[in-house]
Amino acid sequence: MSTFEFLLQGLVIAAQPMNLFYALIGVTLGTAVGVLPGIGPALTVALLLPVTYQLDPAGSLIMFAGIYYGGMYGGSTTSILLNTPGESASIVTALEGNKMARAGRGGPALATAAIGSFVAGLLATIGLAFIAPFIVKLALVFGPREYFALMVLAFVTVSSAFGDSTLRGLTALFIGLALSTIGIDQLTGQTRLAFGVPDLLDGIEVTTLAVAMFAIGETLFIAAQGVKGPDKVEAVKGSVWMNRADWARSWKPWLRGTVIGFPIGAMPAGGAEIGTFLSYAAEKRLSKHPEEFGHGAIEGVAGPEAANNASAAGTLVPLLTLGLPTTATAAIMLAGFQQYGLQPGPLLFATNPQLVWGLIASLLIANFMLLVLNLPLIGLWVRLLTIPKPWLYAGILLFATLGTIGANPSVFELGMLLAFGILGYVMRVFGYPIAPVVVGLILGPLAEQQLRRALAISQGDFSVLFTSPIAAGLLIVAALALIVPLILRARGRGEVLSQMAANED
Amino acid sequence: MKHIILASLLAGAMALPAYATDYTLMAPAAPGGGWDQTARSLQTALQQEGISKNVQVINVPGAGGTIGLAQFASQQKGKANALIVGGYVMVGAILTNKAPVTLKDVTPIARLTGENEAIVVPASSPLKSVADLVAALKKDPGSVSWGGGSAGGVDHIAAGLIAKAAGVDPTKINYIAFSGGGEALAAILGSQVTVGISGYGEFESQIKSGTLRLLATSGDTRIPGTEAPTLKEAGLDVSVQNWRMVAAAPGLTAEQKAAVTADVQKLVTSKTWQETLKTKGWQDTYLSGAAFEAQLAKDISATETILKDIGLVK
Repeated sequence: MSTFEFLLQGLVIAAQPMNLFYALIGVTLGTAVGVLPGIGPALTVALLLPVTYQLDPAGSLIMFAGIYYGGMYGGSTTSILLNTPGESASIVTALEGNKMARAGRGGPALATAAIGSFVAGLLATIGLAFIAPFIVKLALVFGPREYFALMVLAFVTVSSAFGDSTLRGLTALFIGLALSTIGIDQLTGQTRLAFGVPDLLDGIEVTTLAVAMFAIGETLFIAAQGVKGPDKVEAVKGSVWMNRADWARSWKPWLRGTVIGFPIGAMPAGGAEIGTFLSYAAEKRLSKHPEEFGHGAIEGVAGPEAANNASAAGTLVPLLTLGLPTTATAAIMLAGFQQYGLQPGPLLFATNPQLVWGLIASLLIANFMLLVLNLPLIGLWVRLLTIPKPWLYAGILLFATLGTIGANPSVFELGMLLAFGILGYVMRVFGYPIAPVVVGLILGPLAEQQLRRALAISQGDFSVLFTSPIAAGLLIVAALALIVPLILRARGRGEVLSQMAANED
Repeated sequence: MKHIILASLLAGAMALPAYATDYTLMAPAAPGGGWDQTARSLQTALQQEGISKNVQVINVPGAGGTIGLAQFASQQKGKANALIVGGYVMVGAILTNKAPVTLKDVTPIARLTGENEAIVVPASSPLKSVADLVAALKKDPGSVSWGGGSAGGVDHIAAGLIAKAAGVDPTKINYIAFSGGGEALAAILGSQVTVGISGYGEFESQIKSGTLRLLATSGDTRIPGTEAPTLKEAGLDVSVQNWRMVAAAPGLTAEQKAAVTADVQKLVTSKTWQETLKTKGWQDTYLSGAAFEAQLAKDISATETILKDIGLVK
């Protein structure tokens, strides 16, 4: 049977009324937990494993697929409305999305996130069905040195993309990098900068830092402004729906986000966040309205949200073809497979095609259901912004605290949340961008470990970093990204500036 | 508002079962890992066999389980219905992290499962046998890079033991730690490292499909269905298993301890548990009472020795 026939057969299985019902339960639950910080899709699937034990394999996997995709959707909602990223992959969404929401454009922000997620989810799932075996071969070519080169590229593009001042952006990035060295060094097992505090042994949790810097810092900032602050957030200005210009500015970022997110998600050490960073940096560079970035540019929501969902589908590539879970949720889905005596891996497509194609088909259906479920809710969500400010921010505080305790029940974690909240407040007061801190915390350990692994494998020979064609290519792109703007600037600031002025029609 | 209502509903729903709970089971790791899976399998089996009406699993991730262990020892003291899952990785983590709370501060009940380590190479590798591996190690230990799980974990320990048994200085081994057997697998398949070492389950489907070659396994007997020798058969005096255990709270009376032990005994002989072992590919290595305590003490001192040999513990 051809791939296409398998997929059709899968759709028939997934479209059975009972399975549609499971998919509905899955996406509803997934959206709910995605909205709540602290209760991630991984924990939800883990809690449901004993329940689904009674179901047939197809039904339970379809439910898991719904939860998985739903969680990705839900995370963007809180990011946009409350500036509280529920999981690390939606941090970038908060940057532009929340600015849009505060300018009364929460509706279009949520809509471009939802539709972008749908488009990316759809394309990436189809990609999963047809090119998974090829993608996985490509992903395996990526060893430590290639990953390190990818990280260098991410650093270069990201540090220039966030904030207006390069110096301030780099300062914030290095705070993040410093924080990322805390904890047990993965390669030697030795502790660094933990000062004997057991809670610091595993380093600083990304979501704790993100929620603290974004939500708590913001709340303090608003509170410190007192009554002088901007009077009222307009909940809805213009239509709740995307207008023609929004569509025109969104569709390319959706496609680019998918193309960036899917392969990076499929890499065993890729992860969803890197794709969102790279997509944000790319959109800022390619946008016709770069001046809007930092003040609510719709491209900055559309691209990263698409990248985020495309990488969610990408994650399933190594899971299904290699039996290699690259996220916590994928690890639990693997446990779910094993519950039925199925071993994901190179043989799964051959031994259990119905199940694999049923799963892929149900991902398509879950994706469609999410759009149907989420678009009508947008009108309801944006109403959240009409809540009087003191209530809203009190709610955000409660919500952020609850989420942190929910994820890690420890007093120390709560203390860190407050301490980083104060740091976020201070940085805001002095005009430093917040996002590079979080980026540094995420990318720092990855870059460090991959570099050290590469050097350990080569026994200290630095030339390996450049001898692989992929690594060398990525490093050249990174170098160009760094040097070209410098040259342009050196060749006459006036020329560039006048060009920009001319473009402003 | 909706959020808050939802949150409090969820919080309420999570708190409610606490009244009816017979056992509270801590998995000192994030959802998804081996300990979490063990805890959740125990939960299912305990409930289905009617040994306990309601079992609650809590995840306290961090630092090889030592964070969960510390929290467990201080908060559950004297409570006869509290259990924690742990294992060999925890023994190593306590030593390398110099953790203030050790397994002496809880009441070990029984060893439940074991998993053999597998030593694999990519199908295209020139190494065909353990003898080839030993020869390469002897020639230049640094040129053989080992890909496995976290530093100081059972994979690292096994690599150190193999080097030592082969007469190679264990501090010279070039061990590349990955965040887990899965990430290591990608590096092995991509021929980024020379040898892979991790739990057999991590590699099983790759071995069966022929993309990885199994050189040896680390248990006392061969894994059924595989042709690779044990390390002992291949001439290296190494036997190591990644085992998992269950422990109760500190400060229990002898009767309380006996009651928990009896429940666990009932569990391991149950049909549900035996089925679970089969589907998960875990070996039944049930050991309890004085025999387990003696074995645990032996494992701890042996681990300390090898971690010192590798140079991770001073």
